[in-house]
Parts: sequence; structure tokens; C-alpha cells
Amino acid sequence: MSDVCIVGAGIHPFGRTEGRDGMDQGIFAVKQALADTGIAWEDVEFAFGGSAASGNADNMVSQLGLTGIQFINVSNGCATGGSALNAAASAIKSGEYELGMAVGFDKHPRGAFNADPASYGLPNWYGEAGYMLTTQFFGAKIMRYLHEHGLSRETLGRISEKAFRNGAKTDHAWRRSEVDLETIMNAPMISDPLNKYMFCSPAEGAVALILASEKKAKELGGPMIRLKTSVMRTRPPGSFEVFAASIDNERGGTATELASKAAFEQAGVGPDDIDIAQLQDTEAGAEIMHMAENGFCGHGDQEQWLIEGRSEINGELPINTDGGCLACGEPIGASGLRQVYENVVQLRGTAGERQVPGDPKTAYTQVYGAPGVSAVTILQK
Amino acid sequence: MSAQPIAENLFTEDMRALVGARNKDTGQIFFPLPLTPNDHIEPIALASRGTVWTYTVQRFPPKTPYAGPADPQNFKPYVVAYVDLPGQTMVESRLTGVEPDDVKIGMEVELTAIPLDPDAPDAEQKLIHAFQPVQGES
Repeated sequence: MSDVCIVGAGIHPFGRTEGRDGMDQGIFAVKQALADTGIAWEDVEFAFGGSAASGNADNMVSQLGLTGIQFINVSNGCATGGSALNAAASAIKSGEYELGMAVGFDKHPRGAFNADPASYGLPNWYGEAGYMLTTQFFGAKIMRYLHEHGLSRETLGRISEKAFRNGAKTDHAWRRSEVDLETIMNAPMISDPLNKYMFCSPAEGAVALILASEKKAKELGGPMIRLKTSVMRTRPPGSFEVFAASIDNERGGTATELASKAAFEQAGVGPDDIDIAQLQDTEAGAEIMHMAENGFCGHGDQEQWLIEGRSEINGELPINTDGGCLACGEPIGASGLRQVYENVVQLRGTAGERQVPGDPKTAYTQVYGAPGVSAVTILQK
Repeated sequence: MSAQPIAENLFTEDMRALVGARNKDTGQIFFPLPLTPNDHIEPIALASRGTVWTYTVQRFPPKTPYAGPADPQNFKPYVVAYVDLPGQTMVESRLTGVEPDDVKIGMEVELTAIPLDPDAPDAEQKLIHAFQPVQGES
């Protein structure tokens, strides 16, 4: 079976862009990706795409060109981008197509995501009594994790500090100034133990990736970035997910553990082979938990890792080199693809100020979302 | 008419327990009882005592569908915990009778009912479930 290669990548800067809707940001990213690949829209044989709040992705054809292309919409919460990429890769691996696109975009209103109990199978009282907040879930989950593994609250602050430090060096990031640890730790609390610097915000942005078969990629002649694997998994029994009025006494694994294990197996590599990782950091606690769930360190080792700077850009395993969701914000449909975009840039060696030294060859992404979905990719050059 | 529970089938008739659900096939217990009856699910009275497994504090007034007092000036942060009811399930619940900064994982708590909006007139008051620290252990 031939490898799938990422031959082009485009991004619309994350954050807030007044006067440009989510889909137009998507179009911007697609045009950039086409130019990056050196192809025209007419060359693209198929597309998978999605957004959570900015309309059906297939409507993009009215602006990009009515070429009759197969365009399938994907809706998988925070894993929308990851799922689009996964589906696009499968379409090429099947041998049916040679060149296609995965795209994700979004534009969310300010403030925490608002959710309706009925759409989660919950009674109305759950929302009326004040439980329908994602921020509570993140707070309660990391509160337990810190307690269980003897990690200090400062560990959370160190994650945010690193995110803003990396974001300051990233042209597509939203938050582009550093914040010191003391300021972070003293910020107003949102949902204990997480304060306002420890949560990402709903935002705007778009990413498009062009995928090709190995044969087609060679013809195109650009840098060969191979998508060694793209895996998406849903939750196992006993996981702890958002909007749970109860959780089982018997604790189980996570969707991320399943996706990570499968990805390493499929790619034939292990955590030690990874040179750079982008891990879902909806809030600072998520990055801490995901460091261990993806097999990069043991549960409870994270504080030492951060103190020693092992996940900094010049550390042994740089994590969230573009500042992650904490610095870029979270447009749901685009977030997972941003991680892959960043790895493509890093593997090409064109990340400028935030470039990981030592010519990284193998790069990892993991996106996690409600209600317990996780998608992992491993890229290699 | 005095204060009423915010929903039917949330508490048992005597208000001394929460109504959970038991899957007859797997034995799994969960909360709350689903709105739609199901042959595989039976109601079960949950234990009224447990321990705090984890918690967080709601520091800002939630948006709709929240129906409690949400005036930013007078908003009082509330604790949301998961209470471990041994051998049953862990129930998401507010804590009452303890300041947010005094909550500890592992503390023993028991079920009670509190008004969603303490300032509402009696007749309109809706009761929600909450757990409070166990007092005067004998």
C-alpha cells in the first residue's frame, strides 16, 4: 500500500477577524494550500471538510469553482478536522483517488460554548441547576488528576506560560505576547483549579491540507511529508467525559489512549521516536493528562518535565510549538488540522523563530473532544 | 404550596434519596433516571451518603439554560462535585454547607435539598439536590 503524503498546507490566522465569516476563512486557507502545492482547484479530485458553527463545508464549491468534485461534510465535534483528514487519507489509500483535500474552519461567538441539555440526552433540570458548562468538567477532571498524581497547581501555570511563550513566536497564533508564571497563577479563577489564563477561548480560523498518493506527490516534486497514520477512536467504558450527571465508580481508559496505541502500532514507531508533538490543550490540564495518555511520560512525571523544560521548543520533546489552543484559540472545525499544519511546517524546517532544532523527522498530533473522541496522526519525512 | 423539586423522578417520594437507574442486563447504575422508559432500566434509590471524589467551583454566573440567580453583582460561586456512592455510581452534585476553599477530596457528605434561588418566593421555589458535610458523626 502506498503512503499518503501531505503536499500542501494553508492556514487562515486564528483569533478574531472582523468582517470575514468562517467559510471565507476556509476559502482563504484552501487558496493558500493550493498555491503551496502548486496546483489549481480543478486538480483536486475530492474533499472532506467540516465546521461546527459556520455552515456546510461543501458550500465552498460555489466560491472555489463548480468542478463537480466529491465533497463530503464531516461533523465530529472537536475531532472534525482529524476525522476529515482520516477520511481523506483513506480515500487515497483505497486507490480510488490520487489528490484530495481536508479542510476545517469555524467562527464562534465570544465566551464559553453554550450547550443545550436535550441535545446531550439530559433532562432540562441539568441545565437549569447550573451543570451545563464545559468549564466545570475540565476543572473537576484535572482537580482529580492533580490529586491522584501529586501534581501542584503550578504545573497548570507552567503549561500556560509555555503556550504563550510559543504563541508569541507564531504568526498564525491569536495570543502573541508572553505572560509570566506569577501573573498566570494570580489570575481570576474560572473553574477551580483552572483560571482565565488556563483555558483556551472559542475563536476563529481555518486550515486546509492537500493530500496525495506517493506517486502523485513525487510528480508534484515538493517536500515529501508522509502521513504514516491517522487514527480516530471513541471512548471506552469508564471514561470521564463532559456533561456526565454520573460516572462509573470503576474507572476505565480514555479514547486518547486507544487512538494513541493504535497509531503507534500502525506507524511502527513508539513514543521515543517522536521528535515533536501537538497535543490537545483545551485547557492547561488537558496537555498534562495527554502527555501521559499518549505515552510520552508517566502519570505524575509532568511537573518535573515542565520544570526541566523538556517540552520546550529546544527540549527533548517539544510540545505545542505554536502555542496550541491556549495561544491560538479553538475554532472547533479547524483545531485538529492546525496541529497537523504546524507539524508540516516544522518538518519542512520553515517554522522560523519557533523552529524545532535538530531537523525533526517524526511528528505527532492528538486532538480530543466531546463526548470522548480522539484523533491521532503521525507524520514522517 | 411549598417548595417543589425541580423535576419529577429526581428525588424519591420522601426526598431522602436520589433516584438512579439500574441496567438490568449489565448491573450498571447511573443517574438520573432516563426520561424515556426502557425495559432494560429500572429505578433505584441511590445511597444518601458518600465521599467527594472530585470537585470544581463555578466562579461566574452561567448563561441560559441556567435558571438560578445570575446577577453578576451578587453571584455566589457554587461547588460542583462528583460524590462517590460506594458500589453504585458517582453522582454530579452541588455541595452545600461548606465554603469552596474548604472542600477536600475524600470528605464525607450526605444528601440534602436546597432551593435553586434562595430569594425566590416560597411558592415558586424549586429544590435541587446537593450534598453537605456529614455533621456530628456518632
